[in-house]
Amino acid sequence: MPRAAKIPIRKNPILRTRQPTLPPASRSRVALGLTAAAARGRFELQVCRDCGAVQYPPREVCRDCLSHRLAWRQQDGRGELVTETTLRSAQELYFRERLPWRVGIVRLNAGVNVIAHLHERVGTAPCRVRVEVALDRAGQAALIAVPEQGRPHLSDDPRLREMTCDPRGRKILVTDGKSVVGQAIVRALAAAGAEVIWIGEAEPWKKVAGLEALRELPPATVVPLDVTDGKSVRELAGEIGAKVDILINTADHHSAFSIASRRGVETAQSEMDVNYLGLLRLAQEFAPLLKARAADEPANAIAWVNLLSIFALANYPPHGTYSASKAAAYSLSQALRAELRPAGVCVINLFPGPVDDEWDQLEMPPKLSPVSLASAVAEALKGSVEDVYPGDVAQDWLARHLDNPKALERELEEGAR
Amino acid sequence: MKVAKKAPAKKRSPKAMTNDPAALLSGVVGSRGVTLVDLTQTLSPDFPPIVLPPEMGQSRPFRMEEISRYDDRGPAWYWNNVSFGEHTGTHFDAPVHWISGSDLPNNSVDSLPIEHFIAPAGVIDCSTEAQKDADFLLTATHVKAWEKRHGRIAAGSWVLMRTDWSKRADPVAYQNLDATGQHTPGPDPGCVRFLVQERDVLGFGTETIGTDAGQAAHFKPPYPCHYYMHGAGKYGMQCLCNLDRLPPTGALIVAAPLKILQGSGSPLRVFAIVPKR
Repeated sequence: MPRAAKIPIRKNPILRTRQPTLPPASRSRVALGLTAAAARGRFELQVCRDCGAVQYPPREVCRDCLSHRLAWRQQDGRGELVTETTLRSAQELYFRERLPWRVGIVRLNAGVNVIAHLHERVGTAPCRVRVEVALDRAGQAALIAVPEQGRPHLSDDPRLREMTCDPRGRKILVTDGKSVVGQAIVRALAAAGAEVIWIGEAEPWKKVAGLEALRELPPATVVPLDVTDGKSVRELAGEIGAKVDILINTADHHSAFSIASRRGVETAQSEMDVNYLGLLRLAQEFAPLLKARAADEPANAIAWVNLLSIFALANYPPHGTYSASKAAAYSLSQALRAELRPAGVCVINLFPGPVDDEWDQLEMPPKLSPVSLASAVAEALKGSVEDVYPGDVAQDWLARHLDNPKALERELEEGAR
Repeated sequence: MKVAKKAPAKKRSPKAMTNDPAALLSGVVGSRGVTLVDLTQTLSPDFPPIVLPPEMGQSRPFRMEEISRYDDRGPAWYWNNVSFGEHTGTHFDAPVHWISGSDLPNNSVDSLPIEHFIAPAGVIDCSTEAQKDADFLLTATHVKAWEKRHGRIAAGSWVLMRTDWSKRADPVAYQNLDATGQHTPGPDPGCVRFLVQERDVLGFGTETIGTDAGQAAHFKPPYPCHYYMHGAGKYGMQCLCNLDRLPPTGALIVAAPLKILQGSGSPLRVFAIVPKR
């Protein structure tokens, strides 16, 4: 499919760098249900458990029968664009800077009218459309109407492109290129059209063949980076931080130990030093630089990606200390998200299950291949999501966690993954 | 005038080294002054630590986190928290470091005799050999040849193996790892046995990461310098530098490890007192 997004033009250095503005971000607690589903890439609306009526906008009680038994259910989004208009003036700074802006009312087959942004490929009303959900730059759910047939991408529309973090034409830092996962991610980003990929290399005296091979990749440059060393992080931020559009933190220290299977805290400290403090060091040095360039369009800073683990949601006792370090990183990623949100920089977390690498060697399949994990990263950036649970194990754990976290804890105690 | 006939001239042999600090120091004071030579690498996050398989316990590299720097965290002062393994940078190995020395008395850095912190050194120049062969091994034969020129190694003195390895500023070249492990020079088992059993040295010092050669895991016994030296209560020093500025004999080494409770080793600020010639 042809893609509209081109390699970004160069910045004019005599112009003031634009400051970020955001679309209106306030939502009621119930309306955040739409955002919660959108964060996982799902378009959900409330459905009445008593009368079956679909609800929009989100509400406390059923619009038909006043039942409060409303449940969020996934929607296919099919419907008809009933009417549309083009905004030519706006009080909100975000839209004021982006006029003109097309919006319309879509009558969903599910029986409700929704207001949606219109993809530029949508014809004139009335016409058939499909409503998708995306996260806008404020991180809130936004409904987008796209043509019912075909699957046009959000980044094909220059105005909607910024609801994605499409890696095409972007300058990206992958913090650790020594792991097979890091290497697979670099290849996936190169295939997705990244303009520059800096690949972090810690302990350069330990050569790994996979990283050596990446040096031949045209957009790739290997740079020294050890997230356990504040000086190293600071120096790299000084050198390239003001150029990074997307930071992907692949640095991961994984020791497959339970509490009892390893004496002392030395390995656990190393896990925390990489997985938690490493993220903190990166955040302190790079996040301010990303925020400063968040509106420097079209070559602006747009995203921060963390490779977490499904073990961050519930401790997997055979990898108990690793799980704890990933839970710490998950918690910190929420703080980072809060700090980057005002700039519109998106924080994307991935929660893979066991990966087919040396540290999960003794885990039974299914295991996520590094290539699958890498394509999940690329797809997450091309899409408009915050939380990704790639693979069957992650999806299964998530479902069990959402259903009953205590039950999942007990199941894991018994060694059932 | 004829000089009275002396006893038949002895075969010329170099003067034996002495290890008496008082004699050495008075010799220094009585000489034309001294030069101090710093034998210490800078403790920095970039200085590589020893490499072990990742599932093993790891020696932490040097790390430094700022406490404050004349800022809101401490307006008038600058200081850091540092962390590192005992065997980081230019450092000292105590006998307790190795299992062979585990049961010796006074085998940890807090209990070593303070008299050992100043000792003479014999410096054996292996720089040419090490340049040709990264896996160069110092043998007892080499040491005996050195003694022919510079005198018998005195009991209680350091033996320092000069390789100029410390001049490898690039950590990759300094580590010199490949798929078969590390390739750095060191002593062979016979050399270590000779120094311990026949010369009763204080310890052995190198410019590489480890007193043993890079491939010493495959020696019999593995890591002979650690095994024999520490088993006999001897010490190790590694990651030394500036050994090329020391004379073969005559230098006094000042190497006092930190007084760490039950410590197996310690980073050092080690220097040599060298009489001016």
